[in-house]
Amino acid sequence: STLWFVAGEGARAVPLAGHVGFDSMPDQLVNKSVNHGFCFNILCVGETGLGKSTLMDTLFNTKFEGEPTQHNQPGVTLKSNTYELQESNVRLKLTVVNTVGFGDQINKEDSYKSIVEFIDAQFEAYLQEELKIKRTLHSYHDTRIHACLYFIAPTGHSLKSLDLVTMKKLDSKVNIIPIVAKSDAISKSELAKFKIKITSELVSNGVQIYQFPTDDESVAEINSTMNSHLPFAVVGSTEEVKIGNKMVKARQYPWGTVQVENENHCDFVKLREMLIRVNMEDLREQTHTRHYELYRRCKLEEMGFKDTDPDSKPFSLQETYEAKRNEFMGELQKKEEEMRQMFVQRVKEKEAELKEAEKELHEKFDRLKKLHQDEKKKVEDKRKSLDDELNMFKQKKTAAELLQNQAQQAGGSTTLKRDKERKK
Amino acid sequence: MEPTETDGGIMEQPKNLEGYVGFANLPNQIYRKSVKRGFEFTLMVVGESGLGKSTLINSLFLTDLYSPEYPGPSHRVEKTVTVEQSKVLVKEGGVQLLLTIVDTPGFGDTIDNSNCWQPIIDYIDNKFEGYLNAESRVNRRLMPDSRVQCCLYFITPSGHGLKPLDVEFMKRLHEKVNIIPLIAKADTMTPEECQLFKKQIMRGIQEHKIRIYQFPETDDEEEMKMVKRIKDRLPLAVIGSNTIIEVNGKRVRGRQYPWGVADVENGEHCDFTILRNMLIRTHMQDLKDVTNNVHYENYRSRKLAAVTYNGVDNNKSKGQLTKSPLAQMEEERRDHVSKMKKMEQEMEQVFEMKVKEKLQKLRDSEAELQRRQEQMKKNLEAQHRELEDRRRQHEEEKERWEAQQRILDQQKLDNSRTLEKNKKKKIF
Repeated sequence: STLWFVAGEGARAVPLAGHVGFDSMPDQLVNKSVNHGFCFNILCVGETGLGKSTLMDTLFNTKFEGEPTQHNQPGVTLKSNTYELQESNVRLKLTVVNTVGFGDQINKEDSYKSIVEFIDAQFEAYLQEELKIKRTLHSYHDTRIHACLYFIAPTGHSLKSLDLVTMKKLDSKVNIIPIVAKSDAISKSELAKFKIKITSELVSNGVQIYQFPTDDESVAEINSTMNSHLPFAVVGSTEEVKIGNKMVKARQYPWGTVQVENENHCDFVKLREMLIRVNMEDLREQTHTRHYELYRRCKLEEMGFKDTDPDSKPFSLQETYEAKRNEFMGELQKKEEEMRQMFVQRVKEKEAELKEAEKELHEKFDRLKKLHQDEKKKVEDKRKSLDDELNMFKQKKTAAELLQNQAQQAGGSTTLKRDKERKK
Repeated sequence: MEPTETDGGIMEQPKNLEGYVGFANLPNQIYRKSVKRGFEFTLMVVGESGLGKSTLINSLFLTDLYSPEYPGPSHRVEKTVTVEQSKVLVKEGGVQLLLTIVDTPGFGDTIDNSNCWQPIIDYIDNKFEGYLNAESRVNRRLMPDSRVQCCLYFITPSGHGLKPLDVEFMKRLHEKVNIIPLIAKADTMTPEECQLFKKQIMRGIQEHKIRIYQFPETDDEEEMKMVKRIKDRLPLAVIGSNTIIEVNGKRVRGRQYPWGVADVENGEHCDFTILRNMLIRTHMQDLKDVTNNVHYENYRSRKLAAVTYNGVDNNKSKGQLTKSPLAQMEEERRDHVSKMKKMEQEMEQVFEMKVKEKLQKLRDSEAELQRRQEQMKKNLEAQHRELEDRRRQHEEEKERWEAQQRILDQQKLDNSRTLEKNKKKKIF
């Protein structure tokens, strides 16, 4: 077994002298699993009208959805419903995810983008839970898609380019099981040719579909045979028709009745066998150990995690986280420093600006002051000249008055004399 | 069955399906795959030397795990406690088991046994750490599980309850590993003595709040009955033997005494069968699950919390352990970014304010200077006007005076003419 290959170095095989009882281990494990319950998530991808919902109903023998889904959204919406089923003592939490509006878009990228995002989102949710410090993986409701049923339209010719493109985008993220839908629309000979065409197109385009595992001898043969019947041509129906004395699931046509569970009529039984009865557990295992691990690896590498340091020595978890934290602390500090520097720079520049403005202001006023001084001087000069004039005038006046007074006195005495004489 | 709510918002009864679907075969698929993968189990045995640990292991697994070529721990005299492991592959009924027995020679054998549990704790933690590192790698491979999944702790049949060493050891390890305490060499006690001893031990275990391995809850009645039977007889008193003896034509594993044969597998002689059934046939998987889901997770969350909250106040970290270290770092990053933003805003504000102040001062001083300038200008203008007034006045006065003077001069002239006339008249 693989485990021994890995862990069994240095171990020696010893014979047992009697029945010890650890051969009950598989039963112990199984009992625990049954008590815990199982969970399985199927994604149905296909254009509108290919009978996805009907096939799910037929596969799980139950009517799942009440109303038919509305097709009035522009992009592809993924509708997910979870059901609790029980068969004998086994409880199964089944989630069926349907793509509504797939293939209705003009741009193919818009068709598959939301599917890829949905699948990644489930991986991401699991990864987040797995990375939590206090986590509850044991009771976590796993929403990762375990199987993707890809519905191919029964044209009878070849795969549409939308099909190829979509499957190519999905094959590294999910187990793809391609099926020919509504295969009662194709005749047997056309169907054989159709299957061959599809298979060769898938191969030539490098699309990795899910292979039923052949490593376990107990199921290797049946799985290998079934691999050669892919893609399964299915017919779904929840209507029952009486054939002989039994009621069987069938579709009734005027020219005959297509019996869903008749292996001559379609591959429905094969699909059910492979998907549910034989390989359900393997589908879950592959999802976890291959697709999820790939997603996780890419995500962690994106975030800069490595398993070895530059000298190719392996990192311990502690070292890895510390290294990461130091790295990003360093970045933050650098940013902080840069911001500070920028501010210092701005302050310096602004100060210089303001100083410059202040200088200009002072210069301006110095100039004005100077002008004012000049004006003042002019006024002073004017004043001085006026004062000089006034002084001169005063002098003149004084001199004139003096003369007048003298004259008056003289004239006055003459007048006085005259008056005196007159009086005589 | 209670109705169960689902993602699609539809309340559903668990549907019991009519007609065949096939997932009832899931258990078989799991069975098949687990057999293909093989099983592994790591069992640790701890106890003073001479308590029959190796013999018990050989009896449990019906093999010569310990033999003259591979001597058991009591034969390997050590000065200090060492922890060693032996790996064997055994196969039975198509099922392969990789069994690792971890023994601890030297435990409790010295005079001063303080800290003799430390190497054991270190070993267990080391295995946890190895698993944690493997689990945390970017490239993960099939991870072998070498974590210790069960510890059989051998108590000396002293008849006087737990020894201080027993208490210390179990208290320190009960949160790291599933402890199953056993009374060794049960054939040295009578059933009554054994009963009493068991009661003393269980009382001691309760008093010291030691958490030994608990059996899982179950709805199954049969299982419950069996579990109760086990619980009533804890701790299990065992004897082991490497020899097969004939008793009444039957070949049994036992210990031969002059007074009879103590049959290992006889339920009235000891609890060996109960131990074997519980350890191997019914609860081996649960021991692994509890190790993985409880003990390992405790270790992991403590380790990661230490890594994540390095340097962060412990009080802050309480109740926040639902985040992964990455999420924690992301949050720290966001905190820091918002802190920086705030700091930037504050600096910006202070800057703006200072600039405003300075500009205001500048404007004020400009206004002041302007005002003074205006003042001085007005002053000058006033002086100008004053001068003008004076000049005008002066001019007026001058004109008046000059006019006056002219009149006076005229008068004077007239007067002198008149005088001349008179003078002339007089003469004649």
